[in-house]
Amino acid sequence: MLDSASTIARVDEILTRHQGMEGALLPILHAIQAEFGHVPQAALPVVAKAMNISGAEAHGVMSFYHDFREAPAGRHVLKLCRAEACQAVGADRVAEHAKSVLGLDWHETAKDGSVTLEPIFCLGLCACGPAAIVDGKLMGRVDAAKIDALVGALK
Amino acid sequence: MKIYLPLDSAAVALGADEIAEAILAQAEAKGVSVDLVRNGSRGMVWLEPLAEVVTDRGRLAFGPMTLEDVPALFGDLGSHAKALGLTEDLPWLKAQSRLTFARVGVIDPLSLADYKGQGGLSGLAKALTMDKTAIVAEVTASGLRGRGGAGFPTGIKWKTVSEATADRKYIVCNADEGDSATFADRMLMEGDPFTLIEGMVIAGLACGATKGFVYIRSEYPVAVGVMQEAVEIARAEGVLGNVLGSGQIFDMEVRVGAGAYVCGEETSLLNSLEGKRGVVRAKPPLPALQGFMGKPTVVNNVISLASIPVIFEKGAEFYKSFGLGRSRGTIPLQIAGNVKHGGLYEIAFGLTLGEIVDGIAGGTASGRPVKAVQVGGPLGAYFPRALFGTPFGYEEFAGKDGLIGHAGLTVFDDSADMLAQARFAMEFCAIESCGKCTPCRIGAVRGVETVDRIAKGDASAIPLLTDLCATMKAGSLCALVGFTPYPVLSALTHFPDDFNRMKEAAE
Repeated sequence: MLDSASTIARVDEILTRHQGMEGALLPILHAIQAEFGHVPQAALPVVAKAMNISGAEAHGVMSFYHDFREAPAGRHVLKLCRAEACQAVGADRVAEHAKSVLGLDWHETAKDGSVTLEPIFCLGLCACGPAAIVDGKLMGRVDAAKIDALVGALK
Repeated sequence: MKIYLPLDSAAVALGADEIAEAILAQAEAKGVSVDLVRNGSRGMVWLEPLAEVVTDRGRLAFGPMTLEDVPALFGDLGSHAKALGLTEDLPWLKAQSRLTFARVGVIDPLSLADYKGQGGLSGLAKALTMDKTAIVAEVTASGLRGRGGAGFPTGIKWKTVSEATADRKYIVCNADEGDSATFADRMLMEGDPFTLIEGMVIAGLACGATKGFVYIRSEYPVAVGVMQEAVEIARAEGVLGNVLGSGQIFDMEVRVGAGAYVCGEETSLLNSLEGKRGVVRAKPPLPALQGFMGKPTVVNNVISLASIPVIFEKGAEFYKSFGLGRSRGTIPLQIAGNVKHGGLYEIAFGLTLGEIVDGIAGGTASGRPVKAVQVGGPLGAYFPRALFGTPFGYEEFAGKDGLIGHAGLTVFDDSADMLAQARFAMEFCAIESCGKCTPCRIGAVRGVETVDRIAKGDASAIPLLTDLCATMKAGSLCALVGFTPYPVLSALTHFPDDFNRMKEAAE
């Protein structure tokens, strides 16, 4: 568990790196998430003070964007594309299969903390769908067999 | 031995990184020295990963490559199982008019020397000899219209910013390419990032702006990496900063979005860039007068800006000679979904939808009949075969209650359920709504419920859906909800059977 003093020290360091940048809040939140794996709630008041905005505004920005998490994700994050071009080649079937194999619905994390399942709307792999991204690695033409192999490797 | 293998996301998703490792390992085992260049994609996604070996005859193509095909690259190339012949002779490439994508897949994306060798920076050099008014006039004369989807004349936007008085002005590149079926921005940034940088510098010269931003969506990690590296190279080589030693200043930064589709809308993007929630702004004031930080700002799509260098290199008249009606120049078609031959195909405006779907794309991958083609992304209309005669152009598609948007086409075979697609359009709008306008925030949720009523056989909900669509179309600030009725109503109009099945079953 992170103690708040060390969290704040690391956040301060990130804030220093972004000094003088125009519209720095998103880059700062990205940097915090890269550092901690999520945006710790203890970080927000510190960020708000440094940016001269209210705590409510900082929370509003963080919660507006799908990318920022309040809590850590599982050790692996599997994102499946749900958009139209992938639908046209069976993404819905692949998603149902993944949900049943993992026993998870969208945005859920396995009880053992191994995998988080998330929807994503378009990876720009629309001519080789269904598309997925696992821990930052892109995958095309995903089918039930690839999901099975992947889940086996992630567990 | 020189081998090209794409670093493009689609190639990587199909195993290009593993092929690259195998090529290097094989070369080492054989004691052959290999210069492996990770290039952009040629756009033939069904052939990815596509390796190219440089020979005396030219570049020979091999694809789609698997790990088993790697060793034979070091043997007799003529008898290689995946040999496709000379890349430039492939019919898919030969029939295109590649202006904006001329260098994508050809050069090493991060070699400025390669870039210059293929005509790069000559447009900028010419622009540096012209004054602001002349640069804007050249863009206006080219007939270039915003490739992001709205089709607004680029020259007119630039003129407004150029003539505005302010202490600072900005050039913002909208690379938040969130529409399904579109990947031209991604391919351009991954395959030829200096073209975008050159286009932005010229925009800066034209408008008197000294700072630019490229706002790239976080779903494009490869594009973000390539662009960041390219910006650093351009700065070190004097393309950015004191532009080619001219005394004129322009620099730029790459910024990354955070997974909000609505940030592709220009005012929402500006708020996001300022570090705020990506909520849509009312217009006026136009971003051209009060944009980023309240200063005059050009917001242009990647392809609009990346088409600028060729306009200056070859002249506005040359660019304008392509196209039809008021749709001038070329358009990178992105052919996606259930297609035999999917990928990027740059061609003059004017092909019919049927020529694209049946001809270029070769029909469906599943081999079943084409049922519908969604043109222009999640906010575009579904076109049935009856409308396949529509020529690809802004006004032509608008005339059929559709839009070309960013020129993405998603092909569906006859297993598609158009009621489900209409429901998805509403669901997507509800998920991605920024929350500002009621017809979007609440209307889209009610839209899902109304489609569900129709699915259960309640035909009385159909007029309600039509009415709701009219409210969404007229009662909101931005295109997200303003255009959601396109897929919904086109599905309802062109595929009424899909909305009546349950009723028939009940009877």
